[in-house]
Amino acid sequence: MSEARTIKVDYLARVEGEGALTVVVKDGVAQDVRLSIFEPPRFYEGFLRGRGFREVPDITARICGICPVAYQMSSCQAMEDALGWVVPEPLQRLRRLLYCGEWIESHALHMFMLHAPDFLGVQDVVALAELHPEWVKAALHIKKTGNELMRIVGGREIHPINVRVGGFYRAPRKAELAALLPDLESSLQEAQAALPWLATFDYPELERDWELVTLKHPEEYPFCRGNIVSSHGIDVPFSGFPDHFEERHMAHSNALHAVVKARGHYHTGPMARFNLCFDTLGEAAKASAAQVGLTVPCMNPFKSLLVRGVELIQALDEAVRIVADYRPPSEPFVEGPVHAGTGHGASEAPRGMLYHRYTIDDAGLITDAVIVPPTAQNQGTIEDDLRALAPQLATLPLEDATWRAEQAVRNYDPCISCATHFLKLRFEEAS
Amino acid sequence: MSNGPSLGVFKFASCDGCQLSLLDCEDEILAVAKAVRIANFPEASRAVVEGPYDVALVEGSVTTAHDLQRLLRVRQESRVLVTIGACATAGGIQALRNAADVAEYTRVVYAHPEYINTLERSTPIAEHVKVDYELRGCPVNKRQLLDVLLALLHGRKPDIHPHPVCVECKMAGTTCVLVANGTPCLGPVTHAGCGALCPSYARGCFGCYGPAEDARVGALAGPLAASGAKPDELVRLYSTFNVAAPAFQEGQRLAREGGASK
Repeated sequence: MSEARTIKVDYLARVEGEGALTVVVKDGVAQDVRLSIFEPPRFYEGFLRGRGFREVPDITARICGICPVAYQMSSCQAMEDALGWVVPEPLQRLRRLLYCGEWIESHALHMFMLHAPDFLGVQDVVALAELHPEWVKAALHIKKTGNELMRIVGGREIHPINVRVGGFYRAPRKAELAALLPDLESSLQEAQAALPWLATFDYPELERDWELVTLKHPEEYPFCRGNIVSSHGIDVPFSGFPDHFEERHMAHSNALHAVVKARGHYHTGPMARFNLCFDTLGEAAKASAAQVGLTVPCMNPFKSLLVRGVELIQALDEAVRIVADYRPPSEPFVEGPVHAGTGHGASEAPRGMLYHRYTIDDAGLITDAVIVPPTAQNQGTIEDDLRALAPQLATLPLEDATWRAEQAVRNYDPCISCATHFLKLRFEEAS
Repeated sequence: MSNGPSLGVFKFASCDGCQLSLLDCEDEILAVAKAVRIANFPEASRAVVEGPYDVALVEGSVTTAHDLQRLLRVRQESRVLVTIGACATAGGIQALRNAADVAEYTRVVYAHPEYINTLERSTPIAEHVKVDYELRGCPVNKRQLLDVLLALLHGRKPDIHPHPVCVECKMAGTTCVLVANGTPCLGPVTHAGCGALCPSYARGCFGCYGPAEDARVGALAGPLAASGAKPDELVRLYSTFNVAAPAFQEGQRLAREGGASK
């Protein structure tokens, strides 16, 4: 009988929030895998009760400092759905532009500062900058461009102040956005140049058979619109979410695990979007994917780095086009009557689908709130990936196995603050 | 690696946004990493150097018994402790639980409340340990964060002004949204630092930076009531990311009384 091995990561690094991992491997088989989220609970759904419907974009943004726009978009949509307010196309375009800013900033942060160091065996971006100063410089410029876009459209990079139910408080002026166009264009070129470099990395072998879940729209790569679809046949409007998905509470985690009721764990995020919505990518993103040999299906979670690179190009390319065509809307927001109702909202945060549901009373006060963040949805799937990785983990030297397991978690760009609204990594070998 | 003073970044209950502000200093982050030794910053690096630390940046509020023990250790190991953001300086929006029944919240959010360990109250760092500098905001302003680090490097006082948002609005030449439009605005009692963002986007300040020094919430009560906002709306206006700050508690009380006297 082989000796049992204990690999422990008590505080997972280069993720947003606090989590730990325990993997118990014996004879090349995972005996136990627990992604534990010890980030303290913050009870958002509890204290949203009794708040006014107009307050949700500002309050729910604070669930996550990395993807506040996702919270603002999903919550506004849910309220507009409850109230029957229809947001016209020019304001939808402006929302998409703000969301492009968050995708650019978040993907550049994760790809180059949090994930790429794993592939090159360095601890952090500071060490990466000593090896490859030119790429880190480009990455920081791309990231800054995303942040600038959020600042102009949203008022500031973290927790934007310009988003309201029905639209925006003030539409940006043409000149404000036009000034950013050169940086958007040069960032697009940098992202296109970086992808072939990222493709030279060694990607560990792992093929998975996830159920993929994403928003899907016939004409656009998913951000805010479309149906909720899965690789296993789900295709429903946002309001169908409760029929097909549920959250379960596990003893080892302060985050709820979301599952497909009929089948169990599923995968949401860039890999799901890329595999199910490839056709709606723009020409620039498709050309870059082809250049590095990235095709559908792509079911190796480590290649999420490249998929994010394709999405980064998509977001920059879209932002260039929206800014170039931008004309300020006639009104920055729409309003209508306030009445009781229930509404559903969903959008694609950089790390996956984010679902919100609210019920409000006749005064517009919230009586019930449900928020299902992407990392809560991916938590079970991350554990499944680690089980699938067990044979590799058993043969690698302990230190390398620990690092590989961490890297497998980081494939998901997990946002733990979100998930407790939610991470700790401990790795044990059974004895 | 830098030979400069060592820096630790520590997270308690929060959204990660304030420490992200450091990574958002795209033009300066590599220079910062040369000037200080980043010894413990899990969000950015796997490498962890054990304490003691010259400077600790602390984000988040204390909400669990385990976190309180962790905080006491951070204080013991750190020469200078700087709290960053509204969670650390005022308890954050999660302090809304302080006036509520936490058992009820736990039942609302979690199917198995018995799995959840949490304290009754969300409290600011200064309630438990000595804090050397406080940096306000939800989120902090990254320029102010850089200035605090620079000040500590050079042994000078940080250049942070305690005046209200109103002053920043006047300096920016923004028309007063409270006077001109009757929009409820906490700018007169809120700590400066954001650059008076909200009024420049045609909305009232909602108090992200918490109370200014000597915030005169009593003097603002009249104009707020005259804006036509209902008392419960004004209570909620004071009840967000700095809900537990004493001056904003007073603002909530006055708003409630304003409702009672009508």
